[in-house]
Amino acid sequence: MTKHLLSIDDLGGRDGIERILDLSESFLEITRRDMPKVPALRAKTVVSLFYEDSTRTRLSFETAAKRLSADTMTFSVSTSSVKKGESLLDTVQTIEAMGIDAIVVRHGASGAPQQVAQWSNASVINAGDGRHEHPTQALLDAFTLRKHRGPSLAGLKMVIVGDIRNSRVARSDIKIFSALGVQITLVGPKTLMPNSIVGWPVTVSHDLDEALIEADVVYLLRIQHERIGDALFPSLREYTARWGLTAERAARLKPDALVMHPGPMNRGIEIANEVADSPRSLVTEQVANGVAVRMAVLYDLLGTGGPVV
Amino acid sequence: MTLPNAPEGATESKSAANATGDNGGVFVSPKQVSSDKIIGFADGNANAAVLRSIVFDAQTLNRSITRIAHEIVERNHGAHEIVLVGLYSRGVELAQRLAVAIERFENVRPNVGMLDVAFFRDDIGLRAVSPTGPTEVPDVSDRVVVLVDDVLFTGRTIRAALDAMKDLGRPKAVQLAVLVDRGHRELPIRADYVGKNLPTSLAEDVRVRLGEVDGGDDGVELWGPKEGLA
Amino acid sequence: MSNEIVIRGGTIIDATTAGNRADVLIRDGVIAEVAERIATPAGALELDADGCIIAPGFVDIQVHFREPGREESETIETGSRAAALGGCTAVVCMPNTDPPLDDAAVVQAVIARGRAVGLVDVHPSGCITKGRAGEQLAPMGEMYDLGVRIFTDDGDCVADARVMRRAFEYSTALRGAVIAQHAEDPSLVRGGHMHEGEWSARLGIPGRPSAAEVTIVARDLELARLTGGRYHVLHLSTAGAAQLVREAKLEGVHVTAECTPQHITLTDAACEHYESTFKMNPPLRGEEDRAGVFAALVDGTIDAIATDHAPHAPETKAVPFEEAPPGMLGVETSFAVACTQLVVPGHLSMQSLLARMSWQPAAIAGLDAVQGRPIAAGEPANICVIDAETQWVRHASDSASKSRNDPWEGQKLTGRVRHTVLRGAATVINGTPQR
Repeated sequence: MTKHLLSIDDLGGRDGIERILDLSESFLEITRRDMPKVPALRAKTVVSLFYEDSTRTRLSFETAAKRLSADTMTFSVSTSSVKKGESLLDTVQTIEAMGIDAIVVRHGASGAPQQVAQWSNASVINAGDGRHEHPTQALLDAFTLRKHRGPSLAGLKMVIVGDIRNSRVARSDIKIFSALGVQITLVGPKTLMPNSIVGWPVTVSHDLDEALIEADVVYLLRIQHERIGDALFPSLREYTARWGLTAERAARLKPDALVMHPGPMNRGIEIANEVADSPRSLVTEQVANGVAVRMAVLYDLLGTGGPVV
Repeated sequence: MTLPNAPEGATESKSAANATGDNGGVFVSPKQVSSDKIIGFADGNANAAVLRSIVFDAQTLNRSITRIAHEIVERNHGAHEIVLVGLYSRGVELAQRLAVAIERFENVRPNVGMLDVAFFRDDIGLRAVSPTGPTEVPDVSDRVVVLVDDVLFTGRTIRAALDAMKDLGRPKAVQLAVLVDRGHRELPIRADYVGKNLPTSLAEDVRVRLGEVDGGDDGVELWGPKEGLA
Repeated sequence: MSNEIVIRGGTIIDATTAGNRADVLIRDGVIAEVAERIATPAGALELDADGCIIAPGFVDIQVHFREPGREESETIETGSRAAALGGCTAVVCMPNTDPPLDDAAVVQAVIARGRAVGLVDVHPSGCITKGRAGEQLAPMGEMYDLGVRIFTDDGDCVADARVMRRAFEYSTALRGAVIAQHAEDPSLVRGGHMHEGEWSARLGIPGRPSAAEVTIVARDLELARLTGGRYHVLHLSTAGAAQLVREAKLEGVHVTAECTPQHITLTDAACEHYESTFKMNPPLRGEEDRAGVFAALVDGTIDAIATDHAPHAPETKAVPFEEAPPGMLGVETSFAVACTQLVVPGHLSMQSLLARMSWQPAAIAGLDAVQGRPIAAGEPANICVIDAETQWVRHASDSASKSRNDPWEGQKLTGRVRHTVLRGAATVINGTPQR
């Protein structure tokens, strides 16, 4: 059966997650070699199908594929037949006809990669779908945190601040970190919290200062300016004052507390400059680990797809 | 049925029925061998494997390593140019032992490297190929690399190792040392140093046990089907 | 060719009789005789009803036949055929066509097309506002004169309270006219694609809260009280709105309500795999709402089952959930699903179910002079014969509809329509449409 990575759920819980993280360690070592390339996925073809602009994520995936010696193709929506009204189904069938092994999908609609997986025989990797999930971001977040606080993350206290309701990163991070035993508190105004947290292994707080006292890790989400127009909060200034990780707030954190952000950061809004550049910040390292983690994901889907003997 | 009480690291099988690589043997705890020499395979008792012969015991295995150490030094006119690169898992341990043995009579301890060939294998996608350990190889420029593995079988692992070495530098020469050569090559590869040439049938299974890797006493055993298919 | 039909061997259930074993002779579009044993006249068509129920034809007061404008999804012909297969002898089709049914000419065209097809009586509804824009009243009187009784902007809610008030007031001059509302406050559901709750949060799909329906129904009931207008809640989907209707009925407000088979059977969990077939407006709700609507249908608060039969061509549904149009098929399977959900487990008697599928919706739509009539001599012969015992598996590929967005695909159902007779002519015999 074709394997996909559509959601953190597809990894099958803690063991499966740790298997990918362990595999990522092997690939991190390879990416540090003078010749950071292995022939593991030679003759495999990986297509990136991005319906939203995200040069960072796309390049990270394509670099990962190339370092595994896979062939890569980019289906850039802005210059393709999609602009002429081609449907997602037709696009997938067209790509499929070229004989490919994996499709990396980024789409503005939640669940779009699930549909691509139904229409395609290739392995589908979710590179971010709407407000649903962004599993490889969560994997690289977990990988990065494990490097600092691992091997076990059990019992750590993480505070995720910001627009949880509209964040695919938050959904995947909540799944992965809770599976690894991290205690998660979501912080923000109710307008940015999920409408329902039934079944979510989290607690919700509307008091950032209180939540930060115990925090081992603060995960800040990017604030989208357009949310102001949707009456979700009054102004950026008010957001920063109540929910931003300012230098004053960071100074009250536990000495070894870490700060994470999926990028790109709005400096001065959800995260102060001084905090973003402080030793607490894992932001640059998160990006650096992205390639190794995506190599692990690609290898896991395409390299070990055969029958396990 | 499953192998009872198989210790850690003993998951790769060397039997021809599922021969997929040649970088390791299956360890069976001595207790099982002595108390009940029949190990149940998936097919049940009809195909149950039995111990056919002891290839090496701890003493003869040690003697064989010492002999290979001498051969390496002799062939290369000393030990100063040599880098021993072991293939995970037992090849790494054998490389360490060779280094110690060489040091004993040469007073020079050759550098030892560890090589994971998983991502260079040609059966990726045909079966689950997982990395075996971190690759750590010292500078090999103008050195003689001696690849070290436990069992030489189809030759595919060595081909992968040669490819992996290619990305790590340009050695003066590459040689190959193995504890057991069981035949059945699928590629034009031969070993420069062999502990023992062991003619086998494809139905048979060479099981290598090294204390540091597998626990228990060192030894190499030949296992095969109960009925005389060998 | 003879124009006589004998329906033989069935049990009659209608508004006045529950379980009378009889043969039925139909001649010239009218029931000629109902008796224990009727000899088949020479040349007459005989319809086997052995073990079946003979009932007045069903009246589905909310279907979308897409003509004019979206004929690739459904036409009056394909929709009529599907309706006949579902046991319907009359349907009320919704006005969100292109152009919309907001003036006499378009309404006249739909009526004419329905008659030409002749598989079911097609009664158009009319728009409340011009262009369904929610601003100016459509020419309700002109449409009324052509027989339109249900006025609605369905597909959209009449959000402006002042416009809704005017519509109620104006309709009181049109005897039998009813203002039917798609009750979802647009400002609360904007950008939403499924019920707001546990599943929408998990799936990352913006939601449409139950409160959007409850607030509109509360407001409209107040306006109905104020104006004395007749109010009908289309596809009621929340426990809260059901309770409001229940209370309003006790107070004597002129209110009726319908619900769909899907809203009493399925919940938002059906959207788990982002399957766009399960997207509709109002959305499939959470379990609490589903149970509340179910209970309101059983206790009589909800008067009718209507399907909101909403065909969409396969390519329009083969897109991400958030981009798919809302709506699902239903007119063909309505009885089977309702029988499976309500009668088989013993929540409703067969007669009570038939009331909600035939004579009660006929009354809401002002069709009760010819539809939902008792099976008795002299009555118009609008009849369906149903086998309430048979078990079958639904396959959308068998549908007479042009579309395949069927939520019951692969479902095992109990009860099926065997024959349908429209004004004395068999439109369906043994599950096969006659045209």
